Amino acid sequence: MVDITLRVNGATCTGSPEARKTLADFLRDDLNLTGTHLGCEHGVCGACTVIVDGRAVRSCLMLAVQAAGREVTTIEGLAPDGGLGTLQQAMWDSHSFQCGFCTPGMVMQATAFLSDHPDADEQQIREALSGNICRCTGYQSIIDGVLLAAERNRER
Amino acid sequence: MKLPHVEYEAPTTVAEAIDLLAEHLDQASVLAGGQSLIPLLALRLARPAVLIDINGIDELSGVSATDGWVAIGAMTREYVAEKSETVARTVPLLAAALPLIGHEAIRSRGTIGGSLAHADPAAELPAVARALDAEFVVRDPSGERVIPAARWFEGYLTTSRHPDELLTEVRFPTARRGTGVSFQEVARRHGDFAIVGLAASLTLSEGVISDARLALAGMSDVPVRAAAAEDLLVGERPSTELFDEAARRATGDTDPPADLHGSSDYRKKVAAALVRRGLREAADNAKERQ
Repeated sequence: MVDITLRVNGATCTGSPEARKTLADFLRDDLNLTGTHLGCEHGVCGACTVIVDGRAVRSCLMLAVQAAGREVTTIEGLAPDGGLGTLQQAMWDSHSFQCGFCTPGMVMQATAFLSDHPDADEQQIREALSGNICRCTGYQSIIDGVLLAAERNRER
Repeated sequence: MKLPHVEYEAPTTVAEAIDLLAEHLDQASVLAGGQSLIPLLALRLARPAVLIDINGIDELSGVSATDGWVAIGAMTREYVAEKSETVARTVPLLAAALPLIGHEAIRSRGTIGGSLAHADPAAELPAVARALDAEFVVRDPSGERVIPAARWFEGYLTTSRHPDELLTEVRFPTARRGTGVSFQEVARRHGDFAIVGLAASLTLSEGVISDARLALAGMSDVPVRAAAAEDLLVGERPSTELFDEAARRATGDTDPPADLHGSSDYRKKVAAALVRRGLREAADNAKERQ
């Protein structure tokens, strides 16, 4: 067990995970933040994507102990007041998702991408999300949602 | 799949890391970005007794240009190298390959040294290192040694690093004036491992090719230089006929592996197409950099 302190969604958290515990399992099991989903658990599907120090990372490919001292944002931290953020609302309006399993990973990856590339076009968004798998094959409506969010962000 | 039980060490200096490697030798795995090692642990394809996590060693990160070389610390994240103006200006082939590695979230964590020490023969960075004759700096308790790329890659996921050595830095030669580059790959989906990849660099002096470098990924258990094609190219002027013949020579005596993504013959055909395409792009690129 290793004692760690980190910031998750703006709050300071402590824990004592085993070294082998991934950040994804720590978020889900120790902090009860089950919004982060685990699909493949070896870095292929992108469902567990979270934001660490401003960069999208796969939380199944990072150890919890490696998040010590870091700032982690999960899907629960995007709209802490219980409402929907711009991206979430745009995806809702675009019927982006069917079953919802890939949703948190898609939303976190798109959040990180749009914050770095506010003027992204469709091709860039497709490329940015190419590491996130949706088995309902709803890609088109997901891209539509991210494009709509980018547009609404620019209008603000 | 959850990771197996493993001891964990997190040194904060290179000296501490080397002491730990000397103690645990091949029972230890060095954890850099973890984008290959953690899946290997999850799938039980790697079962080290100890993980030596070098993420806390600040001295291992950074890009610095010295006389004729660019030195990249082993722990430098791929996205950092991708954004580096020094890399873009001085090692354009590396800059061309970096955006093709995995996906954005993989490059957030993945490192230059980690990918090259993992030595996947289908990966981008090993082909770049082989094409450019990069140098690998490793350190053990007795000191440092420098290994040329030609002797670094020994086999599938196997390098000439000894178990008590830590890869600390990789040095890439600065591209000469008149050098054009191209990184080509065919993959089922952007970000997947390439079925075949090509790192190409051509230097033109007054319209004549003075230096040619071609390294293929995915064609063998190590990245391979196409020496016969390079010999053909040097001293000639770029032309479609020349590049067609170079493609034949680059793939003629290869025996690429077959898997569910493609047969051996298919890989050879793809490799030949990539050589033609890559040489064309590198030659156009070289003309712009005269």
